[in-house]
Amino acid sequence: MKKTLNLVLAAVTTVGLAFSAHAEDYITLASTTSTENSGLFDSILPKFEDATGIEVRVVAVGTGQAFEIARRGDADSLLVHDTAGEKRFVENGYATERADVMYNDFVLIGPADDPANISAAKTAAEALSAIAEAEAPFASRGDDSGTNRAELRLWESAGVEPGGSWYRELGSGMGPTLNTAAAMDAYVMSDRATWVAFENRQNLKLLFEGDKVLFNQYGSLLLSEEKHPHLKHEMAAKWHNWLISEEGQQAIADFKVDGQQLFFPNAK
Amino acid sequence: MEENAFYVALSLLVNLDASLYQIVVLSLQVSLLAVLIAAFLGFPLGAAVALWQFPGRGGVVVALNALMGLPPVVAGLGVYLLLSRAGPLGELGLLFTPSAMVIAQVILVLPILAALSRQKVEELLGEYREQFVSLGMSRARMMPTLLWDARFALLTVLLAGFGRASAEVGAVMMVGGNIDGVTRVMTTAIVLETSKGALPLALGLGIVLLTLVMVINATAYILSETAKRRMG
Amino acid sequence: MTSLNVPVNNPIELSAPPSLQFESVEFNPFGHRLFGPCSFKLDGPGPTLVMGPNGAGKSLMLRLAHGLLTPTEGAVSWSGASAPRQAMVFQTPILLRRSALANLRHALAVNNVPRKLRTELALEALARFGLSSCADTPARVLSGGEKQRLALARAWSLSPAVLFLDEPTSALDPAAIKAVELAVQEFHKQGTRVVMTTHDLHQARRLAGDVLFLSEGKVQEHTPADMFFRAPVSRQAQAYLNGELVA
Repeated sequence: MKKTLNLVLAAVTTVGLAFSAHAEDYITLASTTSTENSGLFDSILPKFEDATGIEVRVVAVGTGQAFEIARRGDADSLLVHDTAGEKRFVENGYATERADVMYNDFVLIGPADDPANISAAKTAAEALSAIAEAEAPFASRGDDSGTNRAELRLWESAGVEPGGSWYRELGSGMGPTLNTAAAMDAYVMSDRATWVAFENRQNLKLLFEGDKVLFNQYGSLLLSEEKHPHLKHEMAAKWHNWLISEEGQQAIADFKVDGQQLFFPNAK
Repeated sequence: MEENAFYVALSLLVNLDASLYQIVVLSLQVSLLAVLIAAFLGFPLGAAVALWQFPGRGGVVVALNALMGLPPVVAGLGVYLLLSRAGPLGELGLLFTPSAMVIAQVILVLPILAALSRQKVEELLGEYREQFVSLGMSRARMMPTLLWDARFALLTVLLAGFGRASAEVGAVMMVGGNIDGVTRVMTTAIVLETSKGALPLALGLGIVLLTLVMVINATAYILSETAKRRMG
Repeated sequence: MTSLNVPVNNPIELSAPPSLQFESVEFNPFGHRLFGPCSFKLDGPGPTLVMGPNGAGKSLMLRLAHGLLTPTEGAVSWSGASAPRQAMVFQTPILLRRSALANLRHALAVNNVPRKLRTELALEALARFGLSSCADTPARVLSGGEKQRLALARAWSLSPAVLFLDEPTSALDPAAIKAVELAVQEFHKQGTRVVMTTHDLHQARRLAGDVLFLSEGKVQEHTPADMFFRAPVSRQAQAYLNGELVA
């Protein structure tokens, strides 16, 4: 009995120690899976930590959930890619400032034999129309994420109301959606960063890129001190300002996968 | 691919780099602590339901049995809303910490431990009841005796709880946030690698997790079988 | 509790053992009568052997007397202000999944014997029943005879004023039966009221001071042992002793 008790105490103590080992200065950043999965944070966060001594803990979720986390006061900072949503967030008083940080772009991926022949399309809208016309399988995130919202805007501009058995709403993140598209040889729209870092491509290939409408802007938000006074606003401001500083912008530009730059800094 | 995954798993285990080590240790700490806390609450609860007759007892039994199937993501959502700054316990600032993960897993494991220990204790009580009454024992006095004498059965129950805790991903993902180096555990790392399309690595991590769980189960099995053979 | 500090070789109660009385006791769970109505009094020196065919209600009678079952009608009462300290030994001994010693320590613990005294008293009881070498053996791997002796040692350690035994030897070999019978006589000598059921006529002859004969849930006769075996009064007892099949 005594032995058991000692064991329990020992266990509790170790766990307690382990849990408190990270109690230094840190902020929690709510961001999107595309930034996390591509490896961008692994590349730039150490540089920020070196410069300021502040650790950034990233909770990578869909854009919709990231907004929700920030709205509830569970994150100190927010870095997402839904400019319209971000502006609304500021208007509603949850954030005091929004700044452009960087962009990457969306690309259209599909089976290598390209049954809808979208590689010949001149615009993204044309490419999507071709897919709809051929009724070729298309995998949509269907999760109200930034990417999903951008995709739906594109269908609208193409004058197509996506539906029918060829249009598959998966309700999952970018990675799982790519996995599924690879498994069923479907077309899919992805952000370039996730695609380049994605390893399970099977028969998938990048088929269409470069249209300006595929531009994917990331913004950083300074959260409202008034709504959530408990947040670490001072450190969060340092992070926000570092991102749009020369140093931060350079760090973003320096991040490359297979020699390819994935995010393009464009802070004003 | 599978061969590849086994190779990855093997090299993960052999090389055991610092970040993987941290993930493994955190997984074990979170799940073991959760199971321990759940046991301290769940075993007496299960024994109490077995021992006492009270109005609504049937409802409690059904509820405990049903809660064994509580979807982890629902438990995670509940704990998230509880610990969120906007929630009732937000002041504690526990969201996105290992403590939050422990709380969520306690909620997942508690019904399993309580429901199964109730069954085991009830069986044992059927065997012991006359002797207990003969000895003039109160129900409260029966509880520790029953819990101790059911120890081998309860160890199996404990392992079932640990299995659930270490295997679930929905709850820890939701309340832990899968933060690199802070709240990333085996299952959330597997989800992350899968979403990156790094399937061999994901599967390799899965094999590492399975190996760990097997080692723990095997140890417990050998210990309890040896003791059981000794105790008859 | 102080009685436990008295060396076990000394009689615990020098006065007559407490007497037990059944007054119109009935036991009919779910409206189905299994026992009684029955009235009798056990106030002789004993040991009292309860006999009768299968299903006669012998075990029920013991359980009603011991308080494991509550009578539906009537009352079980004892001489004296409160019920005396009692113990019961079952046909299949109910032993905890612990060592022999721990089984006794547990029984002493639940009877509020101070922690310091438990091991000593437990070892004493084990020694008395020839189980010293098995003190650390898990109770459930003991042989059948050893298990029953352990159950007796447990009862002994509690210094009961009344001991009930429910066919304690029915599954034992002759050597083990002898050990149990010696123990029963020892309890009796110490002034414990012994009430025991058995199917074994020879055993009853060896042990009984008086016999309570039951059939069909009722007491058919209650007579001193020599009279019962020589000249039973009831027709059922006569038939039983003649080896007839009685219901």
